[in-house]
Amino acid sequence: MLQITNLHVTADGREILKGVDLAVNAGEVHAIMGPNGSGKSTLAQVLAGHPAYSVTEGTVTFEGRDLLDMDPEERAQAGLFLAFQYPVAIRGITNAYFLRAAVNAIRKSQGLAELDPLDFLDVLHEKLKAIGWDDSFLNRPVNDGFSGGEKKRNEILQMAVLEPRLAVLDETDSGLDIDALKTVAGAVNKLRAPDRATIVVTHYQRLLNYIVPDVVHVLVDGRIARSGGKELALELEARGYDWIRPEAALA
Amino acid sequence: MTSTASIEAQVLQPYKYGFVTDIESDLAPAGLNEDTIRLISEKKGEPEWMLEWRLKAYRQWTKMTEPRWANVTYGPIDYQAIHYYAAPKQWKPVGSLDEVDPKLLETFEKLGIPISEQKRLAGVAVDAVFDSVSVATTFKETLAEAGVIFLPISEAIREHPDLVRRWLGSVVPHNDNFFAALNSAVFTDGSFAYIPKGVRCPLELSTYFRINAQATGQFERTLIVAEEGSYVSYLEGCSAPSRDENQLHAAVVELVALDDATIKYSTIQNWYPGDDEGRGGIYNFVTKRGKCLGKRSKISWTQVETGSAITWKYPGCILQGDESVGEFYSVAVTSRKQQADTGTKMIHIGKNTKSTIVSKGISADRGQNTYRGLVKIMKGADGARNYSQCDSMLIGDKCGAHTFPYIDVRNSTAIMEHEASTSKIGEDQIFYLRQRGLKAEDAVSMIVAGFCKDVFRELPMEFAVEAQNLLSISLEGSVG
Repeated sequence: MLQITNLHVTADGREILKGVDLAVNAGEVHAIMGPNGSGKSTLAQVLAGHPAYSVTEGTVTFEGRDLLDMDPEERAQAGLFLAFQYPVAIRGITNAYFLRAAVNAIRKSQGLAELDPLDFLDVLHEKLKAIGWDDSFLNRPVNDGFSGGEKKRNEILQMAVLEPRLAVLDETDSGLDIDALKTVAGAVNKLRAPDRATIVVTHYQRLLNYIVPDVVHVLVDGRIARSGGKELALELEARGYDWIRPEAALA
Repeated sequence: MTSTASIEAQVLQPYKYGFVTDIESDLAPAGLNEDTIRLISEKKGEPEWMLEWRLKAYRQWTKMTEPRWANVTYGPIDYQAIHYYAAPKQWKPVGSLDEVDPKLLETFEKLGIPISEQKRLAGVAVDAVFDSVSVATTFKETLAEAGVIFLPISEAIREHPDLVRRWLGSVVPHNDNFFAALNSAVFTDGSFAYIPKGVRCPLELSTYFRINAQATGQFERTLIVAEEGSYVSYLEGCSAPSRDENQLHAAVVELVALDDATIKYSTIQNWYPGDDEGRGGIYNFVTKRGKCLGKRSKISWTQVETGSAITWKYPGCILQGDESVGEFYSVAVTSRKQQADTGTKMIHIGKNTKSTIVSKGISADRGQNTYRGLVKIMKGADGARNYSQCDSMLIGDKCGAHTFPYIDVRNSTAIMEHEASTSKIGEDQIFYLRQRGLKAEDAVSMIVAGFCKDVFRELPMEFAVEAQNLLSISLEGSVG
């Protein structure tokens, strides 16, 4: 589904990713862990097409298409979703309006009829229940005045509504209490399907108790230093990242 | 590619209403003197008192100087180079629409203002003004049944001279300011609405102004009188062809609300803004004022200003009646090299009067946007309240936003609240929405619409959508 080959990325003239290789198959959940500043969030943002980053080398294909050649909205329309680490507030636009605009933008790109507000509300009710929210969130402006935890839940609500082929979760677990964490994990697990994949970027092993990954990667200094099964996450939890660093330097 | 560049690129959308209607004009010779005024008055078949009023205004005007205190820059205006009267050659007052030149009907259809019988907007009565004359007024009969008078002001002067004479100049005197005095001397058409006691006007009233002829100015005058306990909602729209030279639009609007009457006045201003280099465009120098004469009367101004090279206007309220209410909701957009200096004046005279000001300024490209407002609480205005909110949004880094809120309080019981904010439309906001599948220009529109929501919801239903579309158009374009 996703094939990243020798990806080099700079921001403000500084190289952040220094040759990332990663393959994600449909049906899989990958976790990307690593110390602060290793490039995890950069990787997530680059996949979504953030204009602040420039790709200097390497290729990324998504479902056989050259991802790097696509505009951010084309990537979204192709089924790539990024749950932001820092979701942005949009004053004056209600969650319900925004969600419907997003769904319809994607449906339109696929040649499907747009959903009217009433049809859409039915879809929404079901998804709201899944993340433990009531209708009151629909009439609040997007992320405006939301607490940190509410913003993260809102990302997950959007994901649940948009049903992406590939979801990239950028530190969605940070700032969540344990109940919220379980809710978020539940929503992600619900999306698990043979034709979908998820990349979970996280600092902590804790989330991976609830979203059990097929593969765990450790990103150190702009490269994948090590990959393994879910037990790698436990090992990192116990030993930290330092034991991996020398290998990264050698690679 | 940076998003900022792409957002900026979006403001370079061509003006969609810039076409010229090919129709022969009956033009008064360029220049302004007493003969010009006599000619206008004669063309309009006016009574003597009207001509005298015009001449009085003209004589005052010759002694006045053009105000230059606004935060805008432009070259000198040659008042002698302007034609003060222009009418389609074949034009004569007509009894029915069948007699109106099809070219004129077509022009208004093209502008989305259907005035022909089949296509009329349900629930909206329209007076269509083309250069110096009104070409059609719809739903006259429906309104007459309710006792509402809705006429071109030139007709009202002939048919209801006592009413017009009583109220004309009662809110904006003939010598109020330079542009108002000029308007008083040379105004050609505009609308007159009179809502009798206790009547809720059954339709939205609307006037659409179109400048067509070259080297002309448009000087319309609108007068709305709402008698005791009546209600009216009025909307004006406007546009002009794209021309290289600047054209002057100096209008006056006067509103009078008696006891318990409500007037809701909305404007969607879309005059030609000039080209990318700032050539051409309308100078929109307008005086709009409402007087809440009666107790518990209410006047509410809503304006969406997207056009004009330069905008100079301050729709205000004189809150004379006790417990009267004044409101001002404004969205002003400046892009390209547009400049706007706009805001409101709220003058509290009566007791327990209340005013609300919500101003949203959006500056893009090289646009300059200034909010200028005055809230004055007079000595006798016990218990007066004002709430002001002025928000500015910047798109790109070559534009500017400025705020000049003047507050003059002479009564210690007044309660004043003022909030202000300036924000920059961010790369991150745009990216967030694009990541959810929205095109960049739709993302900008959505952010701007959210920013303007408090104002848009004050517009009559039929026009809220139009306003939002207009805003998208003025901020839309090729995305880099």
